[in-house]
Amino acid sequence: MKPLKTVTTLVFFSLLVALPIFLSSYYVGLMILMLIFGIFAMSLNILVGYCGLPSLGHAACFGVAAYTSGFLALKGVHNFWLEAAAGVILSLVVAAIFGFLVLRTRGVYFLMITLALSQVLWGIAFKWTSVTHGDDGLSAILRPDLVFIPLDLFNTTAYYYFALFFFIIATVAMLLVAQSPFGLTLKGIRDSETRMRTLGYNAWIYQYVAFILAGFFASIAGILSVYYHGYVGPSDLHIVTSAKVLLMVILGGAGTLIGPIVGAFGIVLLENFISGYTERWLLLLGLIYVLAIIFAPQGIYPPIKRKVYKWLTL
Amino acid sequence: MNFWLVQAINGISYGMLLFLLAAGLSLVFGLMNIVNLAHGSYYMLGTYIGITVYRYSQNFFLAVVGAAIGLAIVGVLMQRFILRRLYGNHLGQVLLTFGFVFIIADISLLVWGGYAQNMPAPSFFKGATTMGGVTFPTYRLLVIGVGLLVALFLWWFQKGTKMGVAVRAAVDDEEMSQSIGINVPLTTTVVFGISTALAAVGGVIGGPFIGAYPGVEHEVLLLALVVVIIGGLGSLRGAFVGSILVGLLDNFGKALFPELSLFTIFAPMAIILAIRPSGLFGRAL
Repeated sequence: MKPLKTVTTLVFFSLLVALPIFLSSYYVGLMILMLIFGIFAMSLNILVGYCGLPSLGHAACFGVAAYTSGFLALKGVHNFWLEAAAGVILSLVVAAIFGFLVLRTRGVYFLMITLALSQVLWGIAFKWTSVTHGDDGLSAILRPDLVFIPLDLFNTTAYYYFALFFFIIATVAMLLVAQSPFGLTLKGIRDSETRMRTLGYNAWIYQYVAFILAGFFASIAGILSVYYHGYVGPSDLHIVTSAKVLLMVILGGAGTLIGPIVGAFGIVLLENFISGYTERWLLLLGLIYVLAIIFAPQGIYPPIKRKVYKWLTL
Repeated sequence: MNFWLVQAINGISYGMLLFLLAAGLSLVFGLMNIVNLAHGSYYMLGTYIGITVYRYSQNFFLAVVGAAIGLAIVGVLMQRFILRRLYGNHLGQVLLTFGFVFIIADISLLVWGGYAQNMPAPSFFKGATTMGGVTFPTYRLLVIGVGLLVALFLWWFQKGTKMGVAVRAAVDDEEMSQSIGINVPLTTTVVFGISTALAAVGGVIGGPFIGAYPGVEHEVLLLALVVVIIGGLGSLRGAFVGSILVGLLDNFGKALFPELSLFTIFAPMAIILAIRPSGLFGRAL
């Protein structure tokens, strides 16, 4: 299994590096979206997969970072690192406050409360028109100026490699977290909180740190998104975005490293494919969600993985 | 003085509307341990059906009954043939209901279009009523009356009928209830049907002042969720108290601080959560 894993990983990443050279800029744009949602889904996987905490408000950190960076960019800061740092910091503050409120609850309550809190932010984005421009959102945000690095992000392919850089960092970080004592402790708390408490672990602190860590990676995805689209609107904070990323994690397979990536890539492709062919894409998407959850309740990645390995190691 | 009284009546009538939604959401949670994210969509679908029935019959009462029956059928079919397949997988069930949000939204868009539609208030309840020198819309009083009736009906259903006893037993201990001969799957289906029908009734009755438009499902779902978070999941009393509280907070918030209206709901919610994570009347976690 082990060498096989290394080979698949290498093939996967070389494809990610090489593909844009052969694709038109439309498909490169699509791949950028896949990377952004890949990071977003991996960040939520820290909560859903490793902590067993199903957040339905993960768009909060994504959207807050996107709004902050976009707002500063429009105000003429012209320094990507300053804009991004402000976005990350503000969304960490949000995660730190929300973490206090939501981690007192578990299961369905956790789901509901994360949903309600993130909808508050959506409400603010919708109503605070002097800052957020309400329903119109912030638009005409230019690609960032990287200051020290001579990379012209107005070129879509360049932006792709910029996003890929963060995607690889996030993937490696997830791998390290999952194997670290910290990640193992999280899984222990997920499986039996009482037992871990008896062993002397402060469950709350571990989950609080995980909540903030998840917020951190979501904010990176949010920042990549706002500069790619040149736009951020209330829909980036909406329950539909939160639910979409949760579906990516669950459909891909929560608690695995690859699952959320598979889920994110699959759903971005699917959405794009269906909406190109029919106006009724929302209906089809809903049907696909329903069917996928009925027939692959543990996600699509684990069964695919089993089949592929069986076939390869025949 | 006048201002406060009128706003209070408006707030309570809005709260009663929320109660129709939150009661069903809360009951279904008690039995199935899932949060039905499609609950706002039932509300929207109910409103649309009600508006259509009204257009052909010009009868408000028929519109309410038609929407309730239509949505009861939708709910029973959905619970019986789809949600039940994922027995025990709560997260899967929750996500499944979100798939239904998309499906219902798109079907509604296809059938009723993207424009906001309102239900005309029944002619008998149009106009204003003056009581003790204070004037308010008669229709609001009707909404309060219906809300109180439904609350009474649900209270009687839970305490006074055999089905209600079965529901309470199944909420407490499902396996034990099964073993003493209570048909828990049937009970769950019936309660699910009642909850979707109530959402539809709320939609039609709220039609004259909320109406139906794409996106309304998320707005009402959010308020209903806040009600059950404040009141406590699975508790009818919690849903009732929570609804009135949220209705009043929302109404006074909109009247007094229009820019901050959401905060007047969410700040109290956060405080209640911090003190009692399971809500005012919910069981301790």
